Amino acid sequence: MLLNYSQPLEVSDLLKTFDAFLYEVLPAWAAIVLECLLVGVALLGLFVVLALALIYIERKVTGFFQARLGPNRVGKYGIIQSVADMVKILLKEIIHVNKSDHFLFFAAPFFMLIACMLTFGALPYGKGLQAIDFNIGVFYVMAVSSLSIVGVLLAGWSSNNKYSMIGAMRSGAQFISYELSAGFALMTMVVLSGTMSFSQIIESQAYCWNIFNGHIPALIAFVIYLISGHAETNRGPFDLPEAESELTAGYHTEYSGLQFGFFYLAEYLNMFIVAGIATTVFLGGWMPFQVEGWDGFNQIMNYIPSYAWFFGKTFFLIFLSLWVRWTFPRLRIDQLLTIEWKYLLPINMVNILLMVVVVLAGLTLTDIF
Amino acid sequence: MAEHIIFYILSALILFSTIMAVLTRKIIRAATYLLFVLLGTAGLYLLLDYPFLMAVQIAVYAGGIMVLFIFGILLTHEPGHRVKHEHSGKLVVALLAAFAGLGICGHIIFSNVTKVYSYVVQSEFDMQDVGRAMMGTDKYQYLLPFEAISVLLLACIIGGILIGRKR
Repeated sequence: MLLNYSQPLEVSDLLKTFDAFLYEVLPAWAAIVLECLLVGVALLGLFVVLALALIYIERKVTGFFQARLGPNRVGKYGIIQSVADMVKILLKEIIHVNKSDHFLFFAAPFFMLIACMLTFGALPYGKGLQAIDFNIGVFYVMAVSSLSIVGVLLAGWSSNNKYSMIGAMRSGAQFISYELSAGFALMTMVVLSGTMSFSQIIESQAYCWNIFNGHIPALIAFVIYLISGHAETNRGPFDLPEAESELTAGYHTEYSGLQFGFFYLAEYLNMFIVAGIATTVFLGGWMPFQVEGWDGFNQIMNYIPSYAWFFGKTFFLIFLSLWVRWTFPRLRIDQLLTIEWKYLLPINMVNILLMVVVVLAGLTLTDIF
Repeated sequence: MAEHIIFYILSALILFSTIMAVLTRKIIRAATYLLFVLLGTAGLYLLLDYPFLMAVQIAVYAGGIMVLFIFGILLTHEPGHRVKHEHSGKLVVALLAAFAGLGICGHIIFSNVTKVYSYVVQSEFDMQDVGRAMMGTDKYQYLLPFEAISVLLLACIIGGILIGRKR
């Protein structure tokens, strides 16, 4: 797809110049090593900034939903509240639980973080802003994000605490069930796009986002993906694994200080990852909203840089998830499993067939018009 | 060069975790070490430029089977307790059997890899190629085994429902 619009705020040209400069100055291997390090540092930086921003946004939005102000003391509108919280959590003591399995107890938080980190590398944040582009991107992301559940189970078991254990078991059952739905919903969209690589999925959405292109089945898949993604992150009405009133804090009851911070970080980053994948697969990723033929309109849309589009759409989806979280009461475990196995999964299976029919019969919007 | 370094790091990780998975006396730790072995193998597949197999390895083994293992272990009686060592006579027999297996497999692999196979340098597989190989009926296409496996899985699911169903 040729995009001949001027994009003045795009960073991809700048990065290309920097890449050429590095290869000119340094030997090839040193340039590669340096670039890998820089990408890693950039991703880690994004990790922290996103988590801090999300924590602030969540507290503020929650405050408004509950008709109060939210954080408003530290900085103007409480804007550096989460930075202060981060400093506090860094200074706290890490408490060693005496009769726990120390090796697994320490290893568990890293599983969560590494799963997030591996997923972060494959997400496209903007034009040319993708660390690694596998030709099986969607599948890779699904596979890698399933690693985090191992961390939850190990954390729950190694804490040697009944609350943690029950929380971990609930989390495991919930995650395994809802991962199936999320996977099927993404597969529906893979059928529509005919590819699994994120870059090609985004390119094919240049003039018609997948959610419009696939109309009815795409919309159903979108709703199912949002529900199951929400459930996978253990939030909102699905927060049984850490239900405060029954389990104190679920699987991370015994963790303190930085280790608790890791779980906290992973929770918010998972929320971002789910929203980011939904954005990429359904809402066109970093593609601006463009209509074929309306060149003036498209040019105006292209003045907004691609990363702004990506983060804008993603934060919109995160807002939806917060809305759901503070609107519905918590489910019981049997209700939770009934929704997945008796409703979402059958609907999903019919939906994937419907999508195949739509694609084969040429009923997608780009085929019709 | 870089590939060699990564290969040696991965094989060291795999070897260490394999040995620890057998030697550790807590069953849940053995499961965790096994998980490291599986992840290391996934890394080897990535080194071979075959990310599809890597993703399958992680999704099926690390994400699926290991979670079921850990679930199963958590439901057993006292999973955290140390397992007692077997008698030394049994230990020697097991060690001999293990080394015999290693020797036979190693000999077969080593003698055949150099004789029969040639390494094919190929760019990344397309998803479409994998899909066609799974769902076609021509030469080098595997619809029949694919369907046979799906029937097997269906039988497993029905069996599971039958066992788990309340009377």
